[in-house]
Amino acid sequence: MKQLLILSGKGGTGKTTVASAFIKLSSAKVYADCDVDAPNLHLIMAQNTEPKRTDYFGMAIAEIDPDKCIECGLCKENCRFDAISNENGFKVEPFACEGCGVCEAFCPANAVSLKSAVAGELMLYVDSNTIFSTAQLKMGSGTSGKLVTEVKNQTKTTANPDTRIAIIDGSPGIGCPVIASLSGVDMVLIIAEPSISGISDMERIIKTSEKFRTKIGVCINKFDTNLANAEKIEKFCKEEGLLFTGRIPFDPLAVCAINNGQTIVDVDCPSGRAIREVFSNAMELLFKERDGVEA
Amino acid sequence: MKSKGVRIAILSGKGGTGKTLVSVNLASIAEKSIYIDCDVEEPNGHLFFKPEKVQEEVITVKIPVINDSMCNGCRRCVDFCKFNALAFIKNKPYVFEEVCHSCGGCMLSCSENAIGEQEKPIGKVLRGFSGSVSVHTGMMNTGEASGIPIIKSLLNDSIINEELPIFVDCPPGSACIVMESIKDADYCILVTEPTIFGVHNLKMVYDLVRLFKKPHGVVLNKCLDGENPAEMFCIENNIPILGRIPFDNELGRLNSDAKIASRESNRFRSLFTSLLETVKKEVRHETTVNPQR
Repeated sequence: MKQLLILSGKGGTGKTTVASAFIKLSSAKVYADCDVDAPNLHLIMAQNTEPKRTDYFGMAIAEIDPDKCIECGLCKENCRFDAISNENGFKVEPFACEGCGVCEAFCPANAVSLKSAVAGELMLYVDSNTIFSTAQLKMGSGTSGKLVTEVKNQTKTTANPDTRIAIIDGSPGIGCPVIASLSGVDMVLIIAEPSISGISDMERIIKTSEKFRTKIGVCINKFDTNLANAEKIEKFCKEEGLLFTGRIPFDPLAVCAINNGQTIVDVDCPSGRAIREVFSNAMELLFKERDGVEA
Repeated sequence: MKSKGVRIAILSGKGGTGKTLVSVNLASIAEKSIYIDCDVEEPNGHLFFKPEKVQEEVITVKIPVINDSMCNGCRRCVDFCKFNALAFIKNKPYVFEEVCHSCGGCMLSCSENAIGEQEKPIGKVLRGFSGSVSVHTGMMNTGEASGIPIIKSLLNDSIINEELPIFVDCPPGSACIVMESIKDADYCILVTEPTIFGVHNLKMVYDLVRLFKKPHGVVLNKCLDGENPAEMFCIENNIPILGRIPFDNELGRLNSDAKIASRESNRFRSLFTSLLETVKKEVRHETTVNPQR
């Protein structure tokens, strides 16, 4: 199974719009939304079936038993995350606690214990044809990278090994959820935006992706909103030897389609027409054997 | 500005809705102010402000270093680490720096004092000036997993005693990195766009600011004629609408060229001036109704 991951660095450049169109165009049987912080793919890839829901447990977080606490302050002293406060007794600030267990190890009174709590929910939609894995991180939880890994594992364990392609919608940024989503994919398609911010962010996500030695393709969304910057992106790709897969125009009909819960290839619109070329170029790179070696 | 030193966080859930547009322009309008870019993974505010006299500070975290000659191979450190940042390879512990959370637990658990620490750079903080705006940018090195220590340093040091209004440009999403950014905010501005994605993610940050009991209001960006699902959501939930920014080609062009719209055109200057007035009014209102902060 070839895995294609859609990333962008900058948010709002069109990852989910492209991912949903790619799912339609490739008739992908397996797809996933790794943007567990702010998942949106389910809004357009609506499923008729109810998903199988699984609780996601994040890191176990420290808790202090006030009856056992002797108020020695060792926990607070040794906590590197400023997660323990002392106003009317020692308390753990759950949002700051990273679950390292130092306070538990230091407490001479055994008053600290690590308790795991539900930090999110995994959802797996399975019907006769397709598998769609997604998740929602609970508000205020910190372990998004681990949840991303579980979203991907859900597809791996359920998918037929003969499945040709899996499309994965990623999250913005370059940090832990992105890094978790990058591990093991065959190719990354970066959706760039022709703005100074978009170019800066694109360069940073490319640098991050390169560390994983995956194939990288780039496309420009809303290219006609700033042609000079679009030129710069294409030139950058040429100089860096990255595959440039094509340009998608700014298209008010795309917004209408999305707001109606449709992909841009479900309706006849300029962006939907343009993305077909991006798709075929991306597929060529995804399935191309690398340097003569079976990829 | 009357309410001195007020901290305003700008967040959105969804990326690309206009956090930086709003933060940069409000900070510019507010005569003397502080702009802090907490989107350390993809910082963009500095591209707009192009700050001068920039001072750079390298941000480091502590990473364990194992002195092999002192290690007795007891494995206590490996067993202690909750993040699997230590592995026992060929009878010696080995450190995986990328997953280390710098808690110090391995060092504390070692009976032989065989573990020390060294500083590892994970990014930098840049501080400079753009006109009368003091511009602070956090920039995480590519390949690092967490920018939280950079955000902590951005928000804690030097800023704490300032009496100027502070505008905190937050990262997208609603996870730990956003919570760290809004923790000390007096008021939160939620920026959204009229798409179902925008609304879905607005709901999430709306839950987040309520969880943290932060007073808040919404800026509707990229407004077009016709029904605005984000506006409907605000009305249904009684969320104050602070202002509307129209979908506008000129604004889009200025923004895509990293120009500060309110410095370039009178039209946008008056738009952001009235937005700032509304925000100030709301903040004042909240601090009188809720004076605990």
